[in-house]
Amino acid sequence: MTLIGAGVPRPDAADKVRGEARFVDDLAFPGMLHARVIRSPIPHGRILRVDLSRVATHPRVHCTVTPDDVPGENVVHVIYDDQPALASDVVRYVGEPVALLAAEDRESAREAETLARVDYEALPAVSDPLEALRPGAPVVAVPAAAEGRDESPNLFNRMRLVKGDVKRGFAEADVIVEGEYRTGYQEHAYLETQGAIAVPEEQGAITIYGSLQCPFYVQGAVAKVLGLPLAKVRVVQTATGGAFGGKEDVPSQVASLAALLAWKARRAVKLVYDREEDVLTTSKRHPSVVRYKSGAKKDGTLTAIEVDFVYNAGAYQTLSSAVLWRGLLTAAGPYRVPNVGIDGRSVATHTVPNGAFRGFGSPQVIFAHESQMDSLAERLGMDRLEIRRRNALRVGDETACGQKLKESVGVLETIERARELSRWEDRLRAVAAFNASHPHRRRGVGVSSVLYGVGLGAKSPFLDKAGAYLKLEADGSVTLAVGTVEMGQGLTAALSQIACDALGIRIDRLQLTPVDTTRVPDSGPTVASRGTLMSGLAVLDAVKKLRARILDASNGLGIPEEEIPARLNEIARSFFLRNLDPAVEGWAHAEPVDWDPETGLGNPYFVYSYATHVAEVEVDLTTGEISLEDCVAVHDSGKILNQGTASGQVEGGIVQGLGFAVTEEIAEKDGRLKVKGFTTYRIPTIRDAPPSPTVEFVEALYSPGPFGAKGLGEVPLMAAHAAIARAIAHAIGKAVSAYPLSPERVRQALAS
Amino acid sequence: MTLHPIRLTVNGKSEEASVPAAMTLLEFLRERLYLTGAKEGCGAGECGACTVLLDGLPVTACLVLAVEGDGREVRTVEGEAKATGLSVLQRAFIEEGAIQCGFCTPGMIMSARGLLERNSNPTDAEIVEAIAGNLCRCTGYEAIVAAIRRAAKEERDRR
Repeated sequence: MTLIGAGVPRPDAADKVRGEARFVDDLAFPGMLHARVIRSPIPHGRILRVDLSRVATHPRVHCTVTPDDVPGENVVHVIYDDQPALASDVVRYVGEPVALLAAEDRESAREAETLARVDYEALPAVSDPLEALRPGAPVVAVPAAAEGRDESPNLFNRMRLVKGDVKRGFAEADVIVEGEYRTGYQEHAYLETQGAIAVPEEQGAITIYGSLQCPFYVQGAVAKVLGLPLAKVRVVQTATGGAFGGKEDVPSQVASLAALLAWKARRAVKLVYDREEDVLTTSKRHPSVVRYKSGAKKDGTLTAIEVDFVYNAGAYQTLSSAVLWRGLLTAAGPYRVPNVGIDGRSVATHTVPNGAFRGFGSPQVIFAHESQMDSLAERLGMDRLEIRRRNALRVGDETACGQKLKESVGVLETIERARELSRWEDRLRAVAAFNASHPHRRRGVGVSSVLYGVGLGAKSPFLDKAGAYLKLEADGSVTLAVGTVEMGQGLTAALSQIACDALGIRIDRLQLTPVDTTRVPDSGPTVASRGTLMSGLAVLDAVKKLRARILDASNGLGIPEEEIPARLNEIARSFFLRNLDPAVEGWAHAEPVDWDPETGLGNPYFVYSYATHVAEVEVDLTTGEISLEDCVAVHDSGKILNQGTASGQVEGGIVQGLGFAVTEEIAEKDGRLKVKGFTTYRIPTIRDAPPSPTVEFVEALYSPGPFGAKGLGEVPLMAAHAAIARAIAHAIGKAVSAYPLSPERVRQALAS
Repeated sequence: MTLHPIRLTVNGKSEEASVPAAMTLLEFLRERLYLTGAKEGCGAGECGACTVLLDGLPVTACLVLAVEGDGREVRTVEGEAKATGLSVLQRAFIEEGAIQCGFCTPGMIMSARGLLERNSNPTDAEIVEAIAGNLCRCTGYEAIVAAIRRAAKEERDRR
């Protein structure tokens, strides 16, 4: 094993620095048309009339599409089927697609869009989830999608977790702290907006090229909306310019719209969103309200928690039930809690449907659980790292949902290592000294520990599988195909390392093909920090099978095993000459999981990753502005297959966490998002980023994982934002209870 | 539609074209010359993904009209290295792990190139200043600064 763990350069790097990586908008097909989407300008209303006659007479417009043109089912299938591809009767959010047009060029498409005339009867709208739950509130949810309709017509889902006896737990506590925490929207702000090209093919088939995380979701959605068998729909992922969950479910919608136009036009159709459209009309992180009560003994030991949280799901279900589920199972943090009561609700409102975003329903409850740990420490006069250390899960412990942890629990090590690397005690003293000598500035230090259930877990265990296709070419080079995607995280580097290491070949002798649904079986989505783990296992399975055949062939040729890598071309040639099968398929599925929806207990995930971050901030007391001075990030994601790409995930996650906690804000008024692209949505620039964060991995190996690897992608953001928020609270000596901690909010907190 | 004749140099090659007044330099590069390295990330000059050099200075090509390029010299990421090779700057981006999704990368490289042309020995603060208009959502920026710092040194050492 030589390549595993090394900092091997990414196979996609050269194309990207040369500007030759082909993103969807860089592609064109003969006769390709350009699409625009006609969207609802109001949050709730009845569609009275759709008049596209002037659009159709534009000389450069090729065709328009309304719900009558949908050949299959007029839905965008995600988990439920409540979201129409095109609204046909009622619109439920600003930006909801109502009709489509395709024109010969982009400018004409834009011109023609302004010629559409849609009349609506405006209906009362509700955009606040707590208001949407009140009796008499305007009804948002399609009834079949409101699992909680007996309680409220807008209650999409309610999930509970009950363990032990919460009442008794609080009775045993020496201190009890309570808090309410709110977080706002976070927009993914991937640098490449959403986009897809639909190309009608021979024999009644269609191909979708797109910027996406989940090729098999898109395949299913397009087949449904066009009324085609799955075999007629091929999805090819193009280079994807960032995703962060934003390209989990939304591309199913984007591709469906492009496909509807292409199907009618019988020509290739490109649909690429502009930035303003993307920010206004695609999913975001669920705004939340979390109420949290925690009890602990004098020594800091947690005795009970009670959590009630509400997520604003927006107008349609999309992924909200899964997001809520992860929130439920993350709300206790990486701690031992004997008595637990957690109650989560996702609520329909007349706003853009919210969906997946790095952390997937966990960052909201993490802000709460980490704030609570600090409140307990303060009340008990304990050190904040120490209270986390005392309660941290260890091998043999039971999680809040009753799962006994058998192996690979590195949270304690992350806390201890973060203490050392941050020079915690010295830093606290240095900060105090700084504050004593600076009347208008305050520094603070925060810490945050998190756990993350890797993979999709018991919410959708049928998705935790992956395939791989591996072929020995006649010259000894190797072709590899997988079903999970590169979106910047470094998956192709990790998988290439695994394959090349096992076959003993150089990285440049392996070609990883673009992800294509016709090449490998459904490998589930590239989400939930599962790509490297699941596809890594599938590649290992394929490599094992191919190696066995290579060994056979080399025996026949009298080539000793140690000479195989150097003489692979000879062996490959013998496969060709002797008509041996040079291709294999690998397959992997996750370890079994189980979960009881009645109690909320079980073994919902097969393994967990962990992290502890320490952040230091400086607050300008006059302006309320915050600067992130330093960050120490220690992660347990099992074996790290590529140090370079893994560190990159952590560094990027810190800055995205900074955005969530501090700089990124979307105001909403009467169902309208007050945002205009990057002009008003401020993601961190280099001026906001910490100069040189410290990143370290402790590797609590997960034995079923590839070389002991677990998952990493989402965890850095999850830990970072809370450490930053807690550092701000520490700096200003005030409670901090709502994101983003904008200068205005910080000034308000200071004045309180 | 009135078309305007323009003549300009792009990556050392002279180009002649007739373009509508409203066509941006970015559209001209991407759609007429098939130089798709420069990206449209926002169309409003906010993200820097479309950065190219105009007479040696970085500009956001989505805010420059193609007609404004008349008589001038444009450099894009495609002109950074010859044939299939890599420039010192490009290699530094790879070696420092400054690339993730790669969508901001061409703009970052051109902002960095603009800096290094003006200043062969930039301080970290000058590097930060040079790419303050280039958004990256993946890397957290640290690796990008390291790459530019490294490229500056290696380019100086070669002289």
